[in-house]
Amino acid sequence: MATEAAQGAEHGAGGGLVFHPMDQFLVKPLFGDGPVGTFTVTNVTLWMALSVLCIVGLLVLSSSGRATVPGRMQSIAELAYGFVRKMVEDVAGKDAMPYFPYVMTIFMFIVVSNFLGLLPLAFTTTSHIAVTAFMAIVVFVAVTVIGFVKHGVGFLGLFWITSAPLPLRPVLALIEVISYFVRPVSHSIRLAGNMMAGHAVIKVFAAFAPLITISVGVGLLATPLSILAISAIYALEVLVAFIQAYVFTILTCVYLRDALHPSH
Amino acid sequence: MEGDIVQMGAYIGAGLACTGMGGAAVGIGHVVGNYLSGALRNPSAAGGQVATMFIGIAFSEALGIFSFLVALLLMFAV
Amino acid sequence: MATETHQTLSACLTPEGGAVGMPQLCPDWMGNQIFWLIVTLVVIFFILSRVALPRIAAILADRQGTITNDLATAEDLKAKAAQAEEAYEKALADARAEAQSIVAATKAEIKAELDDATAQADARIAAQAAEGEKKIAEIRASALESVKEVAEATAQELVAVMGIEADARTIGAAVGTRLKG
Repeated sequence: MATEAAQGAEHGAGGGLVFHPMDQFLVKPLFGDGPVGTFTVTNVTLWMALSVLCIVGLLVLSSSGRATVPGRMQSIAELAYGFVRKMVEDVAGKDAMPYFPYVMTIFMFIVVSNFLGLLPLAFTTTSHIAVTAFMAIVVFVAVTVIGFVKHGVGFLGLFWITSAPLPLRPVLALIEVISYFVRPVSHSIRLAGNMMAGHAVIKVFAAFAPLITISVGVGLLATPLSILAISAIYALEVLVAFIQAYVFTILTCVYLRDALHPSH
Repeated sequence: MEGDIVQMGAYIGAGLACTGMGGAAVGIGHVVGNYLSGALRNPSAAGGQVATMFIGIAFSEALGIFSFLVALLLMFAV
Repeated sequence: MATETHQTLSACLTPEGGAVGMPQLCPDWMGNQIFWLIVTLVVIFFILSRVALPRIAAILADRQGTITNDLATAEDLKAKAAQAEEAYEKALADARAEAQSIVAATKAEIKAELDDATAQADARIAAQAAEGEKKIAEIRASALESVKEVAEATAQELVAVMGIEADARTIGAAVGTRLKG
């Protein structure tokens, strides 16, 4: 694999198909070619800063008019606000409102990063397990701490299902504990995996697209097909970009509800 | 030679791991299908259950993502 | 994977700058990503919780207030309109009643005048009729008188012609008897 990559490293140069589906996920320093340290300004920095700018434009600048009759951008801001607020209220309950700003923060960050990642040549910050795992672990730790602070030892009632028959309860408790600790794993890998998979598949199809320059016979069939496939998967990715942000946020709300009302 | 066999095994394993995604697909289809049939029976109650449906999809999809992850790990990390 | 990496940049890069394995699993880059993620999340959190969310909440509350006010105003105006309509209906009914009373009064007046005029006319007619009758009676009486005179004169002449002396009284009695018979 690596030798293939080495042979075809000159992009677009030379014969043969060039597969670099993973190169789009590389972290590179923005200035110069030095090693990537913890505080190096990299493309991660660039795209995260762009997401911050987009959020500022979307939520702050658009609402600066404070118009009673909203314009287009202000409508989007109000829609996003109402969407997340309703999600927190419906799923996590009214007493989860103090955590609404953080839920809104992660929703806006994920949804904007996902859509920014769909731009050609973009770097998708949410496709990195380090990023999503950090967010998931923050949610996991926060939820556990909130649960124990609000309910003390009673929070462990989450694992002791009183509606089940007594002999089954220890078994269920074991399963519940395991699933509780698997939560951050699935929570983070779902988002990163979806983003990575979609982008990698687009790249693979994109690698098939220039086939017509190598072999006209095969290319006549393969090139239009791969372009069609790229369009279709791109459309799916637009959908997935939103749905995964929604799912990440709603799961955060579900975990928050467990912390606030462990008896359910 | 030995390395080649390991690589071959990894690729075969990656392919096999991808079959797990089919299960996730069946699961998601089941969730959405049942949601839809329920929603058509009682459209007035459908709106409130969209979030529940998405949670169900997310749990079902997580397992598919795990198999995809196993495939990727076998392809690139082993 | 199996290839030796000779560069010092990162174990996750091929010498040509391609990816070795999954870049997501490269431990060299995780610290960088997590650091910038923390920065980003903190910045977004403060922007949202300090500026954006209170402002949007205020806008929505404002709008709710405006809508409530507008609805109340509309309710007021509706009530006023209903009142105005009621007043109008009342004025219309009043006017109609007044018109009817005026019509009735006028009718009564006219009727009274008419009756008066009729009565006067009747009286005049009755008077004229009575006068006429009186005149007729007079004429008849005078006619009778004339007839008697003529008859008496004629009878006297006749009697005189026949050579019989007869006084006027006798002749008168005879004529009277004849006339009566």
